[in-house]
Amino acid sequence: MREFGIFDVLTMLWAVQWTAALVVIALIFGAPLGLLLAQMRTSSNKVLNLIALCILQIVQGVPLLAMLMFFYFGMPMFLGVQMPALVSVGVVFSIFAAAFLGEIWRGGIQAVHTAQSEAAACLGLTKWQGFRYVVAPQAFKIALPATVGFLVQLIKNTSLASVVGFVELARAGQLASAATFQPLMSYACVAAIYFAICFPLTHWSRSLENKLNGAR
Amino acid sequence: MQLNFNQLWRYQDEFLHGIQMTLTLTLIATVFGLAIGLAGASLSRSRFAPVRIAIATYVELIRNTPALIQIFLIFFVLPYAGLRFPPFYAAAVALSIYMGAYAVEIFRSGLASIPKSQIEAGQCLGLSKFQVFRHVILPPALRNIYPSLTSQIILVLLGSSLASQVSAEELFHTAAFVESRTFRSFEVYAVVCAIYFVMVLSLRLLFSGFERIAFRWPTRR
Repeated sequence: MREFGIFDVLTMLWAVQWTAALVVIALIFGAPLGLLLAQMRTSSNKVLNLIALCILQIVQGVPLLAMLMFFYFGMPMFLGVQMPALVSVGVVFSIFAAAFLGEIWRGGIQAVHTAQSEAAACLGLTKWQGFRYVVAPQAFKIALPATVGFLVQLIKNTSLASVVGFVELARAGQLASAATFQPLMSYACVAAIYFAICFPLTHWSRSLENKLNGAR
Repeated sequence: MQLNFNQLWRYQDEFLHGIQMTLTLTLIATVFGLAIGLAGASLSRSRFAPVRIAIATYVELIRNTPALIQIFLIFFVLPYAGLRFPPFYAAAVALSIYMGAYAVEIFRSGLASIPKSQIEAGQCLGLSKFQVFRHVILPPALRNIYPSLTSQIILVLLGSSLASQVSAEELFHTAAFVESRTFRSFEVYAVVCAIYFVMVLSLRLLFSGFERIAFRWPTRR
């Protein structure tokens, strides 16, 4: 047994890169999927709408932890292949990000008045052009505060990857706690690092929201 | 691989017990969380700056750190304070504190959503302070925050699965137990996901049903 020291703190800071990696993976795969879901939810096609709604309801109605276990332990057994932790964890967080971003962006798209897309159509823009140049820029502004807010949720939730043994910040804390028998120090330190990352983002999200409300 | 759900039937009682404990945990966290939220939201309008700062610090600390770490911290902090709780109660405390921070924010936004002019109008009609709160502020504020409050309760239900990580007995703990007995990871976690989904769905239906009954009065917008 050894004392909790600067070494443990440095290990935790080193592990932040894996937390960051998970967030980046979730955004790279989750954001396009989220955009697709948002498009499906705002489309006039009832079938597409229903499919997207079902996906959203399922992802938002199941604990992230259960989803992680399902994809980490269940899926490889079912498919008969061994997946590296990064793949199964990455898949889960991508789906998670897609569902929540999809809902946030749907709200943003719907907040833009329909007259705007009608005006775009009258100007002879195609549907895609209308979305790309008229609706999307306005929806982006409206949805930005909530998107940043979700980023905070995502960062916090990557801590669940520790449960399947993926070494990121929370797992580094558990390891330090096990090695030093000082759980209080270890977890307080982990919490402080998460706070240092999340608090500025929360603050930014809030100031964006105030700006948005002021602009209206 | 062959799917085999039959083995799980033997663990019916364990699953039912797990469901019951998960719902209990959610209920405890909701009740205490709402109490903390209500107290915190009214205190955050206090004239004394230290009180306001304390509330804001609590809210920001909880909202900007992972719930999993909070549960670990509470689980290890309580014994230092001389409180030796079983894991289930430690998890209940942690989840209440977690819910409380979000509830403070929600209640505060609800109070802030009532225009000052309405409160002044109430006062002009000669209503007492309590009457203004009860009849002018509370009903529309509750209606405004109802959606975010109910989705927060659902998040607590989902988050209660984290309690399994300090080996508190609830549904997810049951899942891990049954999995270790049967080695049927796919089936076990599929079933557990389905159970959570059904719980969340029924809760959502219940909430929206209640909303239709409780907030029937028309609004002018």
